[in-house]
Amino acid sequence: MFRYIVRRLLQMILTFFGATFVVFALMFANQDDPIQALAGEKPVSASLRAALTERYHLDEGFLSQYWYYMSNLLTGDLGVTLTGRDISALLAEAWPRTLQLSLMAIVLAAVLAVTAGVWSAIRRGGALDNGILAFTLLLLAMPIVVLAPVAQLVFGMELGWFPATASREISFYTLMLPAIVLATTVVATQLRVTRTSVVENLRADYVRTARAKGLTPRRVTWVHVLRNSLIPVITLIGVDLGTLMSGALVTEEVFNIPGVGFNLARGIRNEDGPLVVGFVSILVIVFLVVNLIVDLLYAALDPRIRYE
Amino acid sequence: MFGKRPWKMAAGAAAISLLVAGCRGGDSEDPTATANAVVIGIAEPKHLLPTNTTDNNGSQVLASLFYPLVDFDAGRKPVEVAAESVTVDKTNRVWTIKLKPGFTFHNGEPVTSQNYIDAWNYGAYAPNAQDGGYFFERIAGYADLNPLDPDGAGPAKAPDPTTNKMSGLKKVDDLTFTVTLSAPFASFDSVMAYSVFYPLPKAAFAKDGVIAEGFEEKLIGNGPFKLKGKWEHDDKIVVEKFSDFKGVVPKIDGVTWKIYQDDMAAYADLVDNNLDVQTNIPTDALAVAPADLGERFQNSEDSGFDFIGFPTFAPEYENPNVRKAISMAINREEIASQVFLNSVAAAKSFVSPVVQGYRENSCGEACEYNPTKARELYAENKGPAEIKITYNQDGGHKSWVDATCNQIKAALRVNCTGVPEPKFSVMQEKLKAKQNIGLIRLGWVMDYPLMENYLGPLFTTKGSSNFYGWSNAAFDTLMKQGSAAATPEAQVKKWQQAEDILAQEMPIIPLRFSRNVFGYSTRVANVDMDLFKKVDLYEIETVA
Repeated sequence: MFRYIVRRLLQMILTFFGATFVVFALMFANQDDPIQALAGEKPVSASLRAALTERYHLDEGFLSQYWYYMSNLLTGDLGVTLTGRDISALLAEAWPRTLQLSLMAIVLAAVLAVTAGVWSAIRRGGALDNGILAFTLLLLAMPIVVLAPVAQLVFGMELGWFPATASREISFYTLMLPAIVLATTVVATQLRVTRTSVVENLRADYVRTARAKGLTPRRVTWVHVLRNSLIPVITLIGVDLGTLMSGALVTEEVFNIPGVGFNLARGIRNEDGPLVVGFVSILVIVFLVVNLIVDLLYAALDPRIRYE
Repeated sequence: MFGKRPWKMAAGAAAISLLVAGCRGGDSEDPTATANAVVIGIAEPKHLLPTNTTDNNGSQVLASLFYPLVDFDAGRKPVEVAAESVTVDKTNRVWTIKLKPGFTFHNGEPVTSQNYIDAWNYGAYAPNAQDGGYFFERIAGYADLNPLDPDGAGPAKAPDPTTNKMSGLKKVDDLTFTVTLSAPFASFDSVMAYSVFYPLPKAAFAKDGVIAEGFEEKLIGNGPFKLKGKWEHDDKIVVEKFSDFKGVVPKIDGVTWKIYQDDMAAYADLVDNNLDVQTNIPTDALAVAPADLGERFQNSEDSGFDFIGFPTFAPEYENPNVRKAISMAINREEIASQVFLNSVAAAKSFVSPVVQGYRENSCGEACEYNPTKARELYAENKGPAEIKITYNQDGGHKSWVDATCNQIKAALRVNCTGVPEPKFSVMQEKLKAKQNIGLIRLGWVMDYPLMENYLGPLFTTKGSSNFYGWSNAAFDTLMKQGSAAATPEAQVKKWQQAEDILAQEMPIIPLRFSRNVFGYSTRVANVDMDLFKKVDLYEIETVA
């Protein structure tokens, strides 16, 4: 187990460098004139352009820019944005907010998906099952760019159940609506996978045995069946983290949460290479770590799985 | 047996994460804690150092922290504010500025003439890369601080400046200094109203010409409000009343500048009464705003000017009559009311109504909608069979460009299409390379309320925003004569003559003058916005 984890961690370092390289290259290719992008439509005077170009090495080639970035990164310096703000400070401010939001979304989605999925599987073909399936279809069909503003309008502004934005302060309550919106992007697939998996397992031999032993139906479904059905769901939750992060780009903008998505959106708009690379690199790390945890969870769920 | 454990674990994890989530709140205080303060929405300013701030978000915050030398009265004439007097000698070159005595910065330092000189020198010095540095270019000695690159975009670099002090700035005594311009300019007082001309305290500088680290986060100004705490990036900037302020005292005790990334989010907060003033109601909300806000949905004049430029270097658009015909095919009023729901006004002049010297309909017949005449003129002069209008996709221009194209199509019976480019800078690059991308969507917001600030950058041969390559020697001469003219009135006369050339030549099609479209909550009253897109902080008040 320990050796497995160490091996995975070592792989992560490689992946990290690979990912930063790719993101840096993409940002470089996308960059045509960051100074103008920052100035909007205002003209930029020649001496200002010259000074900024020199400060951010904008006139140099890809490899030399990458070299500047990496040599700073290895000394722990993530650099500054094109507006001169310290990226590590930005990261430290933005990450807790996004983490809180996505954690709430993950928990909400998982709880809802697993409960409703199991219920739906037990009553397969019934009205409840069909209702849930139709509902997930609706959710799958609705992109978050539509869902987020609509939810804000209906539940925030019209009904007033939630604050319309999380601007006032970032708290459990103000993040609730964005988290629900974010959860809807992943809950449908998770629910359907749970349902299918449970349906399959309900027909398995060990379930018949358990029933024959005289265990209560509740114990059979919620312990024996569910535990064996969770592996694909857990995998999905790990992968869904990516969906959540891309969803956060939209949700954070709509609900004005200054988190990772909020900063990424701005960085991309302003062609701010270091900002985007810094945020995406950390995203990559989080993604890797979560997937490692998911892999380790397999062993907890299925004793037959061992890591060497 | 072990069967129950995963459930417990999951439940525990869920409980912990919800708890963690719940505990993080409550660390920021309620912005409306002080009853007599207002919350105004902005976007994250790029910078807050006055000489580095040219975006509207930053300059609004600065307006609360600083007190300008001059401001404008209702008639758009410059009046002294922090200055006792601003006078110019007979040559229109040497300006003498006397400061009002008794003013202090928020840290207690008295405001002296040296504070202005230091701040301006810092702003003009090229290696400091200040966004607003170009405002100082009329001052003698600016060129020494901004040596030109000998070969433009070529490999050679501009030489380092030899000095970091402009020779045109001279201290007379603690409250008096003189500004010598490199060329006479009778309206320099109007220029000095801009936020880059604010003073900086001694505390701002670590040593001569170097801003102390972190000063921008904890700005010290000379205005009616002082910063409370520091600039909380992406969240808010809170300012509170400065008790030692000697100038005109605002009616409110403080402002929370709430930062939004997205206008619609700000609008949602405005409707929810969480935000007191939104200075820019997004286009998407224009249709619902009258119902949501009623009387609290307002608009006022600002300086924005939207137009379509011709690639005058392209042979098919060389003929001014072709350009006039296309202009006459556009029904400006219809677009203003149908697409913009009257949040803008139709433009029939080349300068905004907010400047001295503006004349209604100076464009004449060429800006009047007349489809039959347009078609005749277009056919007579053999205009191109296909018209393209290029616009930047990220600015919400699609709807009106398409509407304009449909009008052109209907009137001229030629094909017209809107061509999106991802960003403004892409359009700009293509124009610089003299690539014919058809008609171009452009806009302009003034820096100071003078005709020259529209005509100079947009239409002179070397104008900083003359992207369409139009050049007219007579126009350039008139502009120069205007700048050198002895009085503001004489200047306006020359500039108006220059504008008349534009009406004959039509290098662009004037389309619209934008307006401040703003809304406010039920907590505030007397909300007004000026032509610089700033909320009038001295008039706004809270209602119980």
